[in-house]
Amino acid sequence: MSDEHMSPHDPDAPESTPSAGALVARDGGHAAAHHADPIADPGLGEHTWRPTDVDPKAEKRAERQVAAMFALSMVCVLLFLVAYFTLDVGDDWTTFAGLGASTLALGVTLGMALLLIGLGIIHWARKLMADVEMTEMRHPAASPEEDRAGTIAALNAGLDESGIGRRPLVRNTLLGSVAFLGLPAVVLLRDLGPLPGDKLAHTIWEKGMRVVRDVVGTPIKVTDMEIGDLVNAAPEAMFPSEENGYPELHGAEEQAEKAKGAVIVVRMEPENIIPVEGREDWSIDGIICYSKICTHVGCPISLYERTTHHVLCPCHQSTFDLADGAKVVFGPAARPLPQLPLSVDDEGYLVAQDDFYEPIGASYWEREKESRQP
Amino acid sequence: MSTDARLDTSKVARTNGSTPATASKPNRAGSLANWADERLGLGTAMKKNLRKVFPDHWSFMLGEIALWSFVVLLLTGVFLTLWYNPSMGHITYEGSYDQLRGVGMSEAMASTLHLSFDVRGGLLMRQMHHWAAMIFIASMLVHLLRVYFTGAHRKPRELNWVIGCLLLLLGTLEGFTGYSLPDDLLSGTGIRAADGFLKATPVAGSYMSFFLFGGEFPGESVIPRLYIVHVLLIPGLLLGLIAAHMMLLVYHKHTQWPGPGRTEQNVVGFPMLPVYAAKAGGFFFIVFGVVAIMGGLLTINPVWKFGPYDPTKVTAGSQPDWYMGWPDGLLRIMPGWESVIFGYTISWNVMVPILIVPPLMLVILMLLPFIEGWITGDKREHHLLQRPRNAPTRTAVMVALMTFYGLAWAAGGNDIIAIKLESDINNITYFMRVAIFLGPLLAFWITRRWCISLQRHDNETLLHGYETGIIMRDPQGGYSERHAPIDGRRAYTLTARDRDHVLTAGEDTDEAGVAKPNSRTERVRAKLSAWAFGHNVQKPTAAELEAAHHHESHEAELQSGLDHPAEGRAMDDHQLRTVDEAPLRER
Repeated sequence: MSDEHMSPHDPDAPESTPSAGALVARDGGHAAAHHADPIADPGLGEHTWRPTDVDPKAEKRAERQVAAMFALSMVCVLLFLVAYFTLDVGDDWTTFAGLGASTLALGVTLGMALLLIGLGIIHWARKLMADVEMTEMRHPAASPEEDRAGTIAALNAGLDESGIGRRPLVRNTLLGSVAFLGLPAVVLLRDLGPLPGDKLAHTIWEKGMRVVRDVVGTPIKVTDMEIGDLVNAAPEAMFPSEENGYPELHGAEEQAEKAKGAVIVVRMEPENIIPVEGREDWSIDGIICYSKICTHVGCPISLYERTTHHVLCPCHQSTFDLADGAKVVFGPAARPLPQLPLSVDDEGYLVAQDDFYEPIGASYWEREKESRQP
Repeated sequence: MSTDARLDTSKVARTNGSTPATASKPNRAGSLANWADERLGLGTAMKKNLRKVFPDHWSFMLGEIALWSFVVLLLTGVFLTLWYNPSMGHITYEGSYDQLRGVGMSEAMASTLHLSFDVRGGLLMRQMHHWAAMIFIASMLVHLLRVYFTGAHRKPRELNWVIGCLLLLLGTLEGFTGYSLPDDLLSGTGIRAADGFLKATPVAGSYMSFFLFGGEFPGESVIPRLYIVHVLLIPGLLLGLIAAHMMLLVYHKHTQWPGPGRTEQNVVGFPMLPVYAAKAGGFFFIVFGVVAIMGGLLTINPVWKFGPYDPTKVTAGSQPDWYMGWPDGLLRIMPGWESVIFGYTISWNVMVPILIVPPLMLVILMLLPFIEGWITGDKREHHLLQRPRNAPTRTAVMVALMTFYGLAWAAGGNDIIAIKLESDINNITYFMRVAIFLGPLLAFWITRRWCISLQRHDNETLLHGYETGIIMRDPQGGYSERHAPIDGRRAYTLTARDRDHVLTAGEDTDEAGVAKPNSRTERVRAKLSAWAFGHNVQKPTAAELEAAHHHESHEAELQSGLDHPAEGRAMDDHQLRTVDEAPLRER
């Protein structure tokens, strides 16, 4: 065997000569550094043959292996079809070891069909395709100097003929008019939504509205609540009926009021409650009501620890002390939960004295301006 | 060539030569090619590219995983759109999933349940889509690390690095919009948190929230809007940027590891057709197949267990998908700081972890190649990769960033950690508040020292050889381990790297006594250069190698009682092996 078989490394290979020259010319410094290497580049090693190159048996075997993988892939596709037409879908998804029979079978057969094609092709490439490494010369990323000069000349000629440099009036008015087109683009987005107005500052709560259980909508009697109870509650207006006379809410409006109106009602020993100035009459015999919406980014808080009166938001672990004005005792929230002033109606049910005095939920820029004083 | 004489290789293709075989007479394929070329002129472009050389290394496959998982995402995503209904209209579910029958939910959720339980292969496609999304983002991250650790981001590839960072950003946003679409309880909680993030934006926050949701949260617009962002806007941008990423890759030609015959001026590897095309094409089927098997075997995002979104409900352990975990972690460990200035609220507790730090990290990431290029002042093109140890400061910077990411990510699971380790969530959070600052510094310091030690080890190996494991006893009874010189090709590979050049600041004033315009910047640059490269260990010079080898062979000669210098592997067992045992292929 002689070196002439290694034609890819032949310095006379058509693509190598000009580019190599160009690179050295542009990067003389690097070429100089190259010579300072402590060990000279021994050059590419000689090629070593694979068993499949030299042993016809190994070659045949590899060929059979590749073909077998392709054939098995076809078998998997047939199995996929069988699974598709015979296995049920639906809620009976625990057929095999808690896995959906249909999903399981379809996934495995499809996956194997694909995988076997991939493995077969790669096996083919590794065992049977020529594996002689080739060398290709690189070119500098930059364009050759003459191309650059030509481009600049063409650009200048074009700009010159357009007269854009000589006619600033035309140029500036053009720039101005194109810039003005940004205005319709922005203005057209105006109707994406209404302006906030004071919507964030108000909820559906109002004087005399009953506090009801959030799933069934039944009102809560003061005597129903034991010390240590927590009730997830909603405004009665979320459960309109002929009896209570609240109007039906629909769609987005209903969802928004639901999202803002959610509250938690807890009962604790009245002497445990640390009174907040101005809110002395907001609780009834230790029953106290706060917004359920976290003042951090607005998750509904839900985890109540009755011995400490702490409530924890499961999203980012802000913790509020309900006995102490719901002030933040831990976590990233900055403000206490807004408190809903409670009272009792003549039938003994819990009602709101008023809406919240401050916006509920996450902070926003103009929030302070929208808070009311009790 | 000295290939074993017993092997008959005369009938084997010995070359990936550049001269294609010419068809002796026109055939059908030839005439089709002619037809196409007369209209498209592809011949010229194909001539160069059909046999384009791609170097081979396992780590070059990481980006391919990202590419192919994106293709899987497109295919499975199209399937999902045929049944998914991006509507927030309220309906009562009447499908075949018993536990939720009769429950009110949005049409988006109901169609997701329909897709999961009533369409054959629907759940498989949903799960494949979700798994492929995770693999897409994970492989982009790992690919990014590979590129940076090996110095493949240097000139001329800085812009491709920036494109890659944008792909990572878009992939993350695409993931968020995607997992929000089922409108289940978990994803709805994520959207509500996103509403909180928007509201925390100074001045325009509440307006941005109202514009996104078409009014007050949750409204009826956000799912259709996220849907079109998810299936049209972001995928379009991703496709365009991926195309640009690939075109630049082809134009620059792939980087390669240094080694015998592999230089800055060439690229050594296998031709596109057939080997690389087969390997890469075959790999597409492997990625697709693995995703399909994962989709069939591994449940992901079981929205039927979460139930429909209800703004008054939440589950414990609510977390975003893992790639959104690190900003969520920052959000959790941020102290509850909020200022009211002139009656306006500034929520530092949300702005810092969500609106400031993540974009800042992305900008830092995109600037890394430019910062490095400025400090080194290196204007050369770099096509040979560097081992991470040979760029200790760079490696340490990325490990510090990874540590920051990892700690923030772990903080995003502080509730899960507290449960699993039965420890106190408050203490975990306090620990994280400190660790997020100290951890990266510590990681930087350890990594840099570690790299420098590895550089020293390389020099030891070059100068004194490798440890043979042969213990010698000298006449006085002392013991020593014999070192033998390493293989010449390996020795070359170890030295095939540039010496670091530490810049020094020139004179502050020129001959006329006038301050040089850039002298202050130059001083900063010199300081940074000394900080970044001053500690590195440089490869030995030819003279040092010569001296060491002379010494070594002299020692060996003395110790083994030979009358000639011991060479190469004379002292290990290689020469004792029979020819039959010798592998056909080294490595």
